[in-house]
Amino acid sequence: MGKARAAGARTKTPAGARGGGARPNPNPFEVKVNRQKFQVLGRKTRHDVGLPGVSRARAIQKRCQTLLKEYKDRDKSNVFVDKRFGEYNSNISLEEKMLKRFALEQQRQHEKKNIYNLNEDEELTHYGQSLADIEKHHDIVDSDSDTEERGALSAELTAAHFGGGGPLHEKPTPAPGKDGERPRSRKELIEELIAKSKQEKRERQAQREDALELTEKLDQDWREIQALLARRAPKPGNRDQERPTPDAYDVTVRELGFEMKAQPSNRMKTEEELAKEEQERLKNLEADRLRRMRGKDEDEDTKPKHTSADDLSDGFILDQDDRRLLSYKDGRMSIEEEQSGEASDREGAEDEGEDAGEGDAEDSSGSEGHADLDSDGESAGESERPGEEQRRASGHASPGGGGGAASTELPYVFAAPESCEDLKALLSGRPTEEQLLVLERIQKCHHPSLAVGNRAKLEKLFGFLLEYVGELATDEPPALGTIDKLVVQLYDLCQMFPESASSCMKFVLRDAMHEMEGVVEARGRARFPGLDVLIYLKIAGMLFPTSDFRHPVVTPALVCLSQLLTKCPVLSLQDAVKGLFVCCVFLDYVSLSGRLVPELINFLVGILYIAAPNSQSPGYTLVHPFRALGKNSELLLVSDERDVATWQRRHLALHWASGPPARTETEANHIRLSCLAVCLALVKRCVHMYGGLPSFHDIVRPLRALLTEHLASRSHPRELQELIRATLTDMETQEERCQPLICEKSRPVPLKLFTPRLVKVLEFGRKQGSSREEQERKRLMHKHRREFKGAVREIRKDNQFLARMQLAEAMERDAERKRKVKQLFNSLATQEGEWKALKRKKLKK
Amino acid sequence: MEPDGRRGARRALGRLLEAVLASRAEANAVFDILALLQSEDQEEIQDAVRACSRLFGALLERGELFVGQLPPEEMVMAGSQGATRKYKVWMRHRYQSCCNRLAELLAHPSFQVTELALSTLMKFVQLEGTHPLEKPKWEGSYLFPRQLFKSVVEGLLSPEEDRSLLLSQFREYLEHDDIRYHAMQAATDTVARVTDRHPEVPLAFWNNAFTLLSAVSLPHQDGAASSFYVKRVEHSDKWKVMHLKEHRKAFQLMWLGFLKHKLPVSLYKKVLVIMHDSILPHLAQPSLMIDFLTRAYDVGGAISLLALNGLFILIHKHNLEYPDFYQKLYGLLDPSVFHVKYRARFFHLADLFLSSSHLPAYLVAAFAKRLSRLALTAPPEALLMVLPFICNLLRRHPACRVLVHRPQGPELDADPYDPGEEDPAKSRALESSLWELQALQQHYHPEVSQAASVINQALSVPEVSIAPLLELTAFEIFERDLKKKGPEAVPLEFVPAQGLLGRPADLCAQHFVLS
Repeated sequence: MGKARAAGARTKTPAGARGGGARPNPNPFEVKVNRQKFQVLGRKTRHDVGLPGVSRARAIQKRCQTLLKEYKDRDKSNVFVDKRFGEYNSNISLEEKMLKRFALEQQRQHEKKNIYNLNEDEELTHYGQSLADIEKHHDIVDSDSDTEERGALSAELTAAHFGGGGPLHEKPTPAPGKDGERPRSRKELIEELIAKSKQEKRERQAQREDALELTEKLDQDWREIQALLARRAPKPGNRDQERPTPDAYDVTVRELGFEMKAQPSNRMKTEEELAKEEQERLKNLEADRLRRMRGKDEDEDTKPKHTSADDLSDGFILDQDDRRLLSYKDGRMSIEEEQSGEASDREGAEDEGEDAGEGDAEDSSGSEGHADLDSDGESAGESERPGEEQRRASGHASPGGGGGAASTELPYVFAAPESCEDLKALLSGRPTEEQLLVLERIQKCHHPSLAVGNRAKLEKLFGFLLEYVGELATDEPPALGTIDKLVVQLYDLCQMFPESASSCMKFVLRDAMHEMEGVVEARGRARFPGLDVLIYLKIAGMLFPTSDFRHPVVTPALVCLSQLLTKCPVLSLQDAVKGLFVCCVFLDYVSLSGRLVPELINFLVGILYIAAPNSQSPGYTLVHPFRALGKNSELLLVSDERDVATWQRRHLALHWASGPPARTETEANHIRLSCLAVCLALVKRCVHMYGGLPSFHDIVRPLRALLTEHLASRSHPRELQELIRATLTDMETQEERCQPLICEKSRPVPLKLFTPRLVKVLEFGRKQGSSREEQERKRLMHKHRREFKGAVREIRKDNQFLARMQLAEAMERDAERKRKVKQLFNSLATQEGEWKALKRKKLKK
Repeated sequence: MEPDGRRGARRALGRLLEAVLASRAEANAVFDILALLQSEDQEEIQDAVRACSRLFGALLERGELFVGQLPPEEMVMAGSQGATRKYKVWMRHRYQSCCNRLAELLAHPSFQVTELALSTLMKFVQLEGTHPLEKPKWEGSYLFPRQLFKSVVEGLLSPEEDRSLLLSQFREYLEHDDIRYHAMQAATDTVARVTDRHPEVPLAFWNNAFTLLSAVSLPHQDGAASSFYVKRVEHSDKWKVMHLKEHRKAFQLMWLGFLKHKLPVSLYKKVLVIMHDSILPHLAQPSLMIDFLTRAYDVGGAISLLALNGLFILIHKHNLEYPDFYQKLYGLLDPSVFHVKYRARFFHLADLFLSSSHLPAYLVAAFAKRLSRLALTAPPEALLMVLPFICNLLRRHPACRVLVHRPQGPELDADPYDPGEEDPAKSRALESSLWELQALQQHYHPEVSQAASVINQALSVPEVSIAPLLELTAFEIFERDLKKKGPEAVPLEFVPAQGLLGRPADLCAQHFVLS
C-alpha cells in the first residue's frame, strides 16, 4: 500500500517540479539546490533542484485524501461507491466529463440485445404500446387461419388440446345450445371429436375414390373415342418409359461431371530440352569443380570481403550471418542456414542423388529415389559416350538379361552383412554377375526408405565392399575383372553416403600409410605395397573429384601416392610396373587441374635412368629411391638385339604387379620395353601438361638430358625412338617466358580510428563486464532494494501522519471537554450566583 | 644325468677351492681349477671362472700375493728365499696366468662367458686397486692396476669381431672417474698399437673402438663429487685422475689418435653425428679438430653436411677462419639435400649461417635461387620447410626482394641464372626471378601451393620460424590432411565410374589392361 502510494508520489513529483518551474518567481527560500560535485557529460540530472516545502505539502495533502479518509472510515462497514464517470478525475474538465457521461448513457441504450435482430434499434410505440407487440399479435392470428386452411389441426381441436384459454379464441360452442342441462365432460368431448374426425376422414376417402373412378371412366371413354380419331396418338405409357432410359448425351454429360478431373500439368519436355537441361547441369557441376580446384573460396572464407573505414583492425569479424532462410522441402517448411550463393547452387545440382538417398525418410516411394539416381547417372554417361552407357545398363539390368538363369538359384532377400566376413561368405565362390546381383539385391532390400536402420547398414556395406575389393586384389591371381564391376557399385554407394564413404576411404588409406611408415622409420625405405593399396588409390580418384584444391580424401591420397614414389625403390620388374601404375594414377589425379608433381618427374627420371646403361653425366641428378650405381641400376636395360626387334607395343597388365610377370627372358625384355614405352608416354604427357608453367625448362631439364642420352644410344625399337624424338621436339618448341615477377599491390592498411567501443550500460555505477543475465539480476536486486527502502520510508511517514492525526484528534477532544466543563462550571457558577443573589435579596427583605 | 654330473663337478670344485684357501699345502689344487678354465664346456668354464674369482679375490684381500716387481718363477723357486715368499710369488704367477686366461676368454663365443670374464676381471681390478700389487713410490702415490686394465680394454677392442654387446656391459663401469680415465689412456694405446700392427685395419675394430670411444662421456663441470671404482681411503689433489683437465687431455688424445686414421665412410658419419654434441665440448683444445673437420667437409655429400655442424661450432666459438665457407656451402646444395636423413640438421645450420644481415645480397640471392631451383624436385614435406626458408631469406635481405618483385624489369628470353656456376658471385642470381616458386604455386598439395603463393603479395615483416617445420615428415602431413575438417559436405565426383581403369581417356586405361 505504501509502496503503491510511493510510486504514485514519485510519478507526481516531476509534474510538481515542472509546476514549480513554471511559476514565474519561485520563492528562493523554498528552493533547495543539490550541488553536483562533478559535471558528468551525458548524465541526466533529475534532482538538481528540489522544492522540499512544496513536496511535503503535497504529500500531506495526498495523505489527507487517502489515508486520513481510510482512518476515519475505519469502523464503518458500509461503503458508498461512487461510480459516476470521472468523478474523482481532476484531469478532465467538468464539461468534458458531462459530455462523456451522456455519451456513455447513449451507448448503454444503444447496445444491441440480439446481434441477429437488425431492427431492434429503437422500439417504436403507439399509445404506449410497442408496435412490435401489436405486429406479433396479428401474426399469431394469421398463422392460426393458415393451419385451418391446411387442415392440420382445427381450432376446436387446438382449443380442446391446449385448453382453449384466451377470450380471443372463445367461440360459441354448439354444446350449450344442444343439451343445456349438463355440460359434457371433457372425455366425452374428446371422444366425440375423434369420432367426428374419423368420419371426416372416411368421407374424404370416399370422395377421392369416387373422383378416381370417374377419371378412369373418363379415360376409358377417351380411349374409345381416340381409336376413332384419325390422328395417331402417341403410345400410351411412352412417357413412363422415356424417363428410365436417359439420353446418351445426358449420360455422357453426367459421366463427365462425375469423372475425376485431371490435374493440369506441365508439358512434357522435348528431347532437346532434356539435353539442354542435362548440359546445363553438367556445366554447373563443371563450374563448381573449377571453383573448388582454384581453391579461391578457401581464402575468401578466412578474409572478410569488405573492411569498413571504421574498422578497428581489432580482429572482430562477424564471421557468419546467423540469419536463417526459410525454404520449403517436399512440402514441408525447413529452415536452412544461408550458404554462399555458389555453394547452394552446387547443392541444388549435385545433391539430387544425395537428397534422394537422404531425404528418403519422407519420400513416399523409395524406389523412385533410386530410379532417379540411376537415370541421373545414366544420362550423365550418355552425354559422355553412348556406348558405355549400354554396357553399364547391361551390367545393371542383369536380372532381366543373361543373369536370368543364375538368378533362379539366388534368393531374393539377403540380410545386410554385419561384417566383412559375412559379405565374403555371401560373395565368395560366385561368378561376378551373381556377386553383382547379390549386392544389388542387398541394396534394394535395405534401401533407406524401407526401414530406419537400413541407412547404417548400407553405410557399413561400403566399408565391407572396399575391404572385399582389397582382398580380391591381394588374391593370387587378383580378381581384377570382379573389381572392375564392383567399382560401379562402390560409386553408387558413395553417391548415396558420401560421409561414410569418405571416412571408410580415409581409414583404408591411413592403414596403408601406417604400414609403410613403420618400415620407413626402421629402414629409411619401404617395399612397394600390394596391389590393393594401388587399387584403393585408383578408386579414391574415381569416387571423389581429384581436381579440388583441397579435399578430405583426395589430398591425403595424393600424399600417399607421393610417398609411394619417393620412398619405395624399384627393385624388380614388378616394382617398375607398380611404380608406373602409380604414376598413371597420379597423372590422372592431376589431369584436370594440371598441378605440378615433382616426385613424378623424379620417378620418371629414375625409370629412364635404369633403362639406359649407367653413365653419370651432368644435367640430371638421381634422388632418393634410385641409385646411380648398384644392383638395380640397369633394371630396365634391354641388351638383347633380337628381343628389341621382336617387341611389339602392348599395354601393361595390371596383374603383373602382383606376381612375377615373366617366365622367359624374352618375355621379361618385352615387358621392360613396354615399361619404357609407358614411361615415355607419361613423359610426353607431362611435357604437354606442364608446358605452360613458368620454369618448365628447369623442370624437364633432367628428362631432356636422359632422353637425349637414350636417343643417342640408338638401341631402342623404332617406335620408341620416334616417341623420344617427338617428346624432345615438344620440349624444345615450348618457348621460355621469363616475365619478371611482380608482387600484387596490396591495399594500404587503413589508419586506426579511435572510435570508442560502445557498450550498453544498464545502470550507472554498477559493475560492468559480467554476463548479461548477471547484470540483469544485479540491476533488479538493486531496484528492489531501493524500492524496499522507499516503501519503508513511506510507511514510516504514514505512521507519523497517523500519529499526528490521532494526537490532533485527542487534543481536540480534550479541548472540547475542557470547554464543556468550563461551560458547565460557568452555568453552575451563574446558577449559584443567582441563587445567592436571591438569598441575599430574601435576607435583605 | 647331466645335472647330476654337473652338480658333482661343481661340488668337487668347491672342495678344491676350500682346500686351497684353507691351507697352503693344498696350493697345487689351483692347477686343477686353472685347468678347468681351458675347458671346452661353457658351463664348466663359468664354474671355473667363478671359483677363480672367489679364490683370488680372497687371496688378494688376505695379501697372500707377492707385492712388487714380479721375479721370474724359476728364479724364485730355485732361490733360497723363505717358503712364504716362494708361495706368494708362485701364487702371484698363478694369478697372472688366470688373468691372462680370463682376458682370452673375453673373445669366447658365448656371451655368458665373456660377460662373466669381464665382471671377474673388473672385480680383480677393483681388488688390486685397493690392495696394490706394486709398491708405492712415495707415500700416498696413486696406484692403479694399469697392466690388468689394459689387457681388459685390449680384449674389448678386438679387431676380429663385433663386441658391441660386451661394450655396452662395460659402459656402466665408465661411470666411474678412474675407470674412465684409464680406459681413455688404454684405448689410445690400443688404437695406436692395432693400427701400427695391421696395415689394413678391419672394420670390426673401428666399430668396437668407436663404440667404446663414444661411450666415454665427460662431466661438464669440474668439482662434481668424483666417484671411484677402486675404493680409496683418502683422496689426494695431486692425483691426475682427480682433475677434469687431465681427463680432457686424455679424451682429446684418444679422439685425435682415433680420428687421424682413415676411417670407413659409415664411421665418418657416426663420428660427425656425435661430434658437436659429445666430442667438441669436452676437448681441451677444440681447434685441433679442424683438420679432421675440413677433411670431412671436403668429402662431399652427406658427410659434408654433417661436418658443417662441427665447423659451425669452431667458427662460432673458437674463431676459426674458414676461407670460401659460403661457396662450399653453396656447393653442398644439390637435389639430394631434400632426401637425406640429415635434412633437418642441415637446414637448421644453413638457417644459422644465412641469418647474418651482413651477408652480401648476391650471395643470399644465389642461395635463394639455388634453393628454389632445387625445390622443383623436392617432396612436399621438404617444400613446406624450404619455401618459408626462402621467404625468410628475402625478408632478411631487402636487397634480394628484386627476386620476387621487379616492377620495371625487361622480359627475358632465358633465365640468366647459371646453375652450373660454383661461385655464387658469378651465378647472376640477382638478375633472375624466382619463377620456380611461381611454378610451385601449381603444386598438387594445397599447403605447398599456399606457401608458394606468399610471394604474390608483398612479404610480411615478421619472419616465419622454420624450427617446427624442420622435422616435418610426409606421414605427419598425411595425418594432418586426414584430420582436417572440411567446411561442408564431402564433394563427390559427378562423372560416374565405369570400371577400375576409369574412362578411356584416362592414362590408366591407355596404358594398362586388367589381364
